[in-house]
Amino acid sequence: MAVTVTIPTALRQYADGNASVSLAAGSVGQILAALSEQYPQLGRHLYNDQGTLRSFVNIYVGDEDIRHLQGIETPVPDGETVSIIPAIAGGI
Amino acid sequence: MSLRVFEERIDRRSTLIDLVGNTPLLRLARIDPDLPPGVAVYAKAEWYNPGGSVKDRPALWMIRDGERRGLLRPGIRIADATSGNTGIAYATLGAALGYQVTLAMPANASPERRRILRSLGAEVVLTDPLEGMDAAIRKIRTLVQEHPERYFYPDQYNNPANPRAHEESTGPEIWAQTDGRVTHFVAALGTSGTFMGIGRFLRTRNPAVRLIAVQPDGPYHALEGVKHMASTTLVPGIYDPTLADATIEVRSEEAFAMARRLARTEGLMVGVSAAANVAAALRVARDLREGVVVTILCDGAAKYLSDRFWEDGDGQDGEGI
Repeated sequence: MAVTVTIPTALRQYADGNASVSLAAGSVGQILAALSEQYPQLGRHLYNDQGTLRSFVNIYVGDEDIRHLQGIETPVPDGETVSIIPAIAGGI
Repeated sequence: MSLRVFEERIDRRSTLIDLVGNTPLLRLARIDPDLPPGVAVYAKAEWYNPGGSVKDRPALWMIRDGERRGLLRPGIRIADATSGNTGIAYATLGAALGYQVTLAMPANASPERRRILRSLGAEVVLTDPLEGMDAAIRKIRTLVQEHPERYFYPDQYNNPANPRAHEESTGPEIWAQTDGRVTHFVAALGTSGTFMGIGRFLRTRNPAVRLIAVQPDGPYHALEGVKHMASTTLVPGIYDPTLADATIEVRSEEAFAMARRLARTEGLMVGVSAAANVAAALRVARDLREGVVVTILCDGAAKYLSDRFWEDGDGQDGEGI
């Protein structure tokens, strides 16, 4: 078993065009680190120079924003979905 | 006094539609005290438009163009893809003119945004947030293709009346308000209508004017209303990539910091794309010995007050205030 990470359209070009990636379960931080290791260009858009998630990056576990859970420490069990949601809804 | 006499005496700019355009041009005098003495930065205060943003201009021009061409008539709905100010502009002007409005947008559009639109009577159709605006555009196209007799689809990305609004209003206003002294124009690209229209107008008046486009640093950004042209799958038809003399990339964190600085040093509460414009305009201004740099404050901050960046430091914004 593993967890699914969904990639928004804007970032798929940095993930070989994949809409989702399967990774080992763990904390959100561990899963995103594994994702960034697999796709370093994608990681560059998620993290700042200090190595923390950029303030506007939205990560959901299931339907819940990790800001309302335990942040990057939020545990993600097997079979759950982690979603990287666009920072804005277009706004044009 | 009869009603007719009264109506002749009151201000002619007495309907909401008449309030579109003719916005103030503000001098940003305090935001950067170290600017060279011969350099000034000015910004158009576009929240003075009745719908609260620069988008009232293209929305009004596209509506009037639709009416002239017979595509928009009483009983026809205005339908477009927009999660932002263009939607609010359609809904505002549509209500004032008696047209109903249908808008498609990603489901992660802010609750304030959806409430404003629904309060103005617009119908809101939500699309998959992971797919961004491109899914909303496909959705509205499908809707219009299925019932072309019901809808007027202005299609802000491909409608020449969008840049023409700026060619005929914002551009001439900037020229008049700077007394023809504008040397640099700086603006972010969304549909690109603002940049194309104003840029083209200023070029006709002064071929030496420098036109600088503003872009986010990548496709995943927080500059609401701005499109990353290098990565989008739907490049606007009205966009001419050869018009800009240069492009400046602004990181979202830099725009957040500038929004906070504009509030604290100028008393200007503006949105994130306006702040990105000012950040880029100041970069241009710092490299000049003399010049008049003009940019656009697309909207005010009211719709963004629940955003976290007003209080959160971003760890790398170098505020120094």
